[in-house]
Amino acid sequence: MKMLINVAENVVADALRGFAAAHPELTVDVEHRLIVRRGSPYEGKVGLVSGGGSGHEPLHGGFVGKGMLDAACPGEVFTSPVPDQMVRAAAAVDSGAGVLFIVKNYTGDVLNFQMAAELAEDEGVQVVSVLVDDDVAVTDSLYTAGRRGTGATLFVEKIAGAAAEEGAPLDRVAALARRVNAASRSFGVALSACSTPSKGGPTFDLPDGELELGVGIHGEPGRERRAMMTSGEIADVTVEAVVSDLNPDGPVLVLVNGMGATPLLELYGFNAEVQRALAERRIPVARTLVGNYVTSLDMAGASVTICQVDEELLRLWDAPVATPGLRWGC
Amino acid sequence: MNATPDPETPVDAAFLRRWLEAATNAVDRESARLTELDSPIGDADHGSNIRRGFLAARTAVGQEPPETPGGVLVLVGRTLISTVGGASGPLYGTLLRRAGKDLGEEPAVSAARLRDALRAGVDGVAALGGAVPGDKTMLDSLLPALDALTGTLDAGGSAAEAFAAAAAAADEGAAATIALRARKGRASYLGERSVGHQDPGATSSALLVTALADTAREGS
Repeated sequence: MKMLINVAENVVADALRGFAAAHPELTVDVEHRLIVRRGSPYEGKVGLVSGGGSGHEPLHGGFVGKGMLDAACPGEVFTSPVPDQMVRAAAAVDSGAGVLFIVKNYTGDVLNFQMAAELAEDEGVQVVSVLVDDDVAVTDSLYTAGRRGTGATLFVEKIAGAAAEEGAPLDRVAALARRVNAASRSFGVALSACSTPSKGGPTFDLPDGELELGVGIHGEPGRERRAMMTSGEIADVTVEAVVSDLNPDGPVLVLVNGMGATPLLELYGFNAEVQRALAERRIPVARTLVGNYVTSLDMAGASVTICQVDEELLRLWDAPVATPGLRWGC
Repeated sequence: MNATPDPETPVDAAFLRRWLEAATNAVDRESARLTELDSPIGDADHGSNIRRGFLAARTAVGQEPPETPGGVLVLVGRTLISTVGGASGPLYGTLLRRAGKDLGEEPAVSAARLRDALRAGVDGVAALGGAVPGDKTMLDSLLPALDALTGTLDAGGSAAEAFAAAAAAADEGAAATIALRARKGRASYLGERSVGHQDPGATSSALLVTALADTAREGS
């Protein structure tokens, strides 16, 4: 397996050094693994902090900036960051208005953010945590750690970020984040496994001619394996999974997200099929975002996330955002 | 010197520093195997993650060696929380930190006292992770290990015999996770497909208990 790296142990630090060079508008602390919006803390503004394993870029570091996150804590590849990073991030972005932790529902992320919230509170920072758990592929939630947090993280970070930018107080920003999560569902499909630097090869074996339905974003296998399907067939399965769980009766945001190794040519083609499948169900689409946003290293495949929006959520979605990974209206 | 230390052989800071050395060596040696176990049901990083944590813990303890067994465990636990990440960082960190706090400032303790402290640590892990026996987690090797430790000590066995029995029970417990369906952590998302694979967390837990047995057997 060929990778554009030096040694596996240093991939995150190397990437952060390169990220820092490309984005002087952000403060990158390579030693403590922290990406902070320059000028933080902003007076009177709620601080938004998220983080998770590396390998999902641009999530989360690429979403730091005006109208979205104030800080991001990158962990090792597919490994949640440690509490020290989050405590440091919270201190860096707290203006006294409090800090919102946006946490994807994976055991490691949940435990580390939970410890960090307690430590930050000890230091006098008011912290509220919201959990993102949008993945409908995990149906058996009584016997699992609950649904995974995947693509909806982008919706939560964008919409809560816009509210914080407008000066909304902590409880209101947190409530909005929870509303967005509750209104969002995702489903992912892998056409190939991904390769982690520490393993040096694919994390599972997926033969040619087969695909995995219901994958997460960590190179873990999905719930079911099937013979390869066309883009239209995959869109039908995916949209059905998402829509049958959410039952939207109004306009939705659509994220057609690449897992890292699927070209935009294929993603746009897939989006055409997703739009058709939604139209067949008479679900109006308010906005669509297509691209690699919540990735899984070099995994081929895509996920679909939809979020049912009202006027307020749509206005916050449309609000200006200026980050390395998402930018409009600025 | 008797090959088998007597039942009252104290567990002191030096004992736990030798344990840390043995544990770090074991984790370092088995890192690739742990990562391999983690790839079909997890995300293929368990070995590299806890290896990173134990190497950091060995450095931390070497730089400023605590004078009590509780101090060693607290420092190792705190270092794991600060360096491992994922679920294993908080879980192993809590296990050792809680056990260390339970030991308090005592300069040396009996094997039975260490067992009680480890019980407190394991309770902390269960509370944090919300797992119960049979969920295919590290508890499936730690709980049998504690039971074996208790049984051997209660039957009048030496510390070395008790730790050896604990190691054997932990290994058996880890092997028994192959047949289980995961209900916690990332493997739980696979449902039935998690059956047939040994749990990497139960396996690394068994390594740590085996290091305890090796330390007791070799004496000072």
